[in-house]
Amino acid sequence: MPWVLVAPAAVGLAFLLVPLVGLLARTPWGDLAGRLFSAEVGQALRLSVVCASLATVICVLLGVPLAWVLARGDIPGRRFVRALVTVPLVLPPVVGGVALLLVLGRRGPVGQLLDSWFGVSLPFTTAGVVVAEAFVAMPFLVISVEGALRAADPRFEEAAATLGASRSLVFRRVTLPSVAPGLVAGTVLCWARALGEFGATITFAGNFPGETTTTPLAVYLALESDPDAAIVLSVVLLAVSVAVLAGLRERWITA
Amino acid sequence: MSLDADIRTGRGEFTVDLRLTVEAGETVALLGPNGAGKTTVLRALAGLLPLLDGHIRVNDTVWDEPPRTFVPVERRPVGVVFQDYLLFAHMSVLENVAFGLRARGMRRDAARRQAMEWLAVVGLGDKAQERPRRLSGGQAQRVALVRALVAGPELLLMDEPLAALDAGTRVRVRAELGRHLGEFAGGTVVVTHDPLDAMVLADRLVIVEGGRVVQSGSPVEVARRPKTRYIADLVGLNLCRGAASGTSVALDGGGALIIAEPAQGPVYVSFSPASIGLHAERPGGSPRNAWPVVVTGLEQHAHTVRVMVEGAPSVLVDVTAGVVAELRLEVGARLWAVLKATEIQTYPA
Repeated sequence: MPWVLVAPAAVGLAFLLVPLVGLLARTPWGDLAGRLFSAEVGQALRLSVVCASLATVICVLLGVPLAWVLARGDIPGRRFVRALVTVPLVLPPVVGGVALLLVLGRRGPVGQLLDSWFGVSLPFTTAGVVVAEAFVAMPFLVISVEGALRAADPRFEEAAATLGASRSLVFRRVTLPSVAPGLVAGTVLCWARALGEFGATITFAGNFPGETTTTPLAVYLALESDPDAAIVLSVVLLAVSVAVLAGLRERWITA
Repeated sequence: MSLDADIRTGRGEFTVDLRLTVEAGETVALLGPNGAGKTTVLRALAGLLPLLDGHIRVNDTVWDEPPRTFVPVERRPVGVVFQDYLLFAHMSVLENVAFGLRARGMRRDAARRQAMEWLAVVGLGDKAQERPRRLSGGQAQRVALVRALVAGPELLLMDEPLAALDAGTRVRVRAELGRHLGEFAGGTVVVTHDPLDAMVLADRLVIVEGGRVVQSGSPVEVARRPKTRYIADLVGLNLCRGAASGTSVALDGGGALIIAEPAQGPVYVSFSPASIGLHAERPGGSPRNAWPVVVTGLEQHAHTVRVMVEGAPSVLVDVTAGVVAELRLEVGARLWAVLKATEIQTYPA
C-alpha cells in the first residue's frame, strides 16, 4: 500500500477516534452510577429523553404523510418541495432557532396568534424545546420514509385496491408495513438527532434548568462548573450514538 | 354476468381502442405480443386506469363511462391475479386470502374461516400460516387465484398467470387453472402472450396488436385461419395476403398462387411449412405452384429442419435431415419451392 495514502489515512482515523478515547479515559467510571442519578444530571437526561421522544412523535405524525405526498403525491414542483424539506438538514441549527423565534416568538406572526387564541407561548418553554428539536430532526424521518416509499412497489397497493381495500386501509395494511424498516430507521435517526440537538434549542428555548436545559445544553454549562458531570453526560450521549449506529448498521452504514 | 366493454384509453402516444364482451362462465384470452396493450385493457377493466372514451358495463351496471361515471377500483366486484402474484409478504397465506373479505367488511373470524375453506379447495390448507415467500411458484399462483376469487367477483382478470412458472410446473398448473376457471361462474379475461396458455384456458381468443383487435374467435378457428403474421408464427403457418380472382391469388408481396377453390377479392392464404417441397430443378408437368427461392436460414427443430427461403412469396419450409443432405441445403442455395393447391387454405381478409 502506498504510504502517501496510508499515512494521512492513519492520521485521519486517529483524528476521529482519539478525542472519543480521550473522553472515555477521563470518565470517572467508579463514580458514574452515582453521578448519573444526581439531581442535575438525571434531570437533564430525563428532560432530553422526554423532549426528544415527543419531538419524534410529532415528526412521525407529520413527517410520514409528508413523505407519502413527496413520494406518491401528484403535486406541482415536487422536486422543489423535496429540496425545501431537506433545508433544515444543512441549515446551521442556530439559524433554525432564530427563524423559529421570529415566527413563533411572542411578536412573530404565528406566535401572536398562538398567544391571543390559546394563550400559548412557545419560546423558552419545554414545549419550545420539543418544537426546536422536531424542526431540526424531521428531515431525517421524511427522507428515510420517502426513500422507502419510493423503493416500495406501488403495484402491491393496486393489488390491495382490487381486493376492495379503501385508500386508508391500503395505507395502513400494505403501504406502512412495506416501509416499516425505513420508518424504524428514520424514527431512530430522528430521535437521535433530537436528543443531541443544541443550537436551535438554546436559541429558541433558552437554558432554564429543569425546563429547557437538555443534556447537550447541560454538558456545555457543566464544562465550566463541574467538568466531571459534563463528561458523564457526554459519555451517555456517546453511548446512545453508538447504540443507534449498531442498531442501524444493516440499513445505514453498509448502504 | 355479462361484460360489454368499449375500451378507449392510452398513455402518451400509445392508444388502445377495442371492444370486448365476456359472457357468464366464459374465459376470453387476450393474446398478443408484448406491448400490444393487453395489460392496459386489464387495468382499465379493473379500474386501475380510467377510460378516455367508451364504456365498461357489467350486467346493467356502468363501471366506467367518461365523463359521467367511474366506479373506483375498490368498489368493483373484480378479482385480479397479477403477473407476479403480488402476494403481501408481511402477511400469512391465510391473511392474504382473507384480506379481500376483511376489506369488504367481513368479521375477522368469518373471513378467516372462509379463506381457510378456499385454501383447502386448492389443496393448500396446510400452508395457511406460511409466509408467501415460502411457497413454490405453483402454490403462490393458487394462493393468488384464491385471493382473487374468495370475495365472489363478477369478473376475474388474470395477467400472464403462468408466466412466472418454470416449464415443468407450468403444464400442471395450466391444467389445474383450467379446471378452476371451468368452475368459476363469472366471466374471466386472461392476458397472455403464450398461445398455448391461451388455447388451453380460453373459450375464445381475442388477438390484440398495437392496441387493436386484429382477430377473434374460438381457439380452433384462430389456429386454422390466422389473419396476422403474429398468429401465423404462433401456430406455425405461412400466411400471405392477396387478391383472389378465380383460382389465382395475386399476392400483396409479389408472386401468385393457384388455389383449389375459386374465390374473389382480398383473401388470406395460409399453408403449413411441411406442405412445401424443395427441389433443385423446376419440376415439370403438373399444375402445381412452383417458384424460385434462395435459402436465407436454417434452424434445427426436433425432427425437422426449418428452412427460411426468400422468393415470391418468402416462406418457411420444414424438411427432413435427409432432404438437407440430398439438396446440400445451405444459406445462399438456389432452389425451387413447390406447393400443391389443395394444401392452401383460403379465407376472406
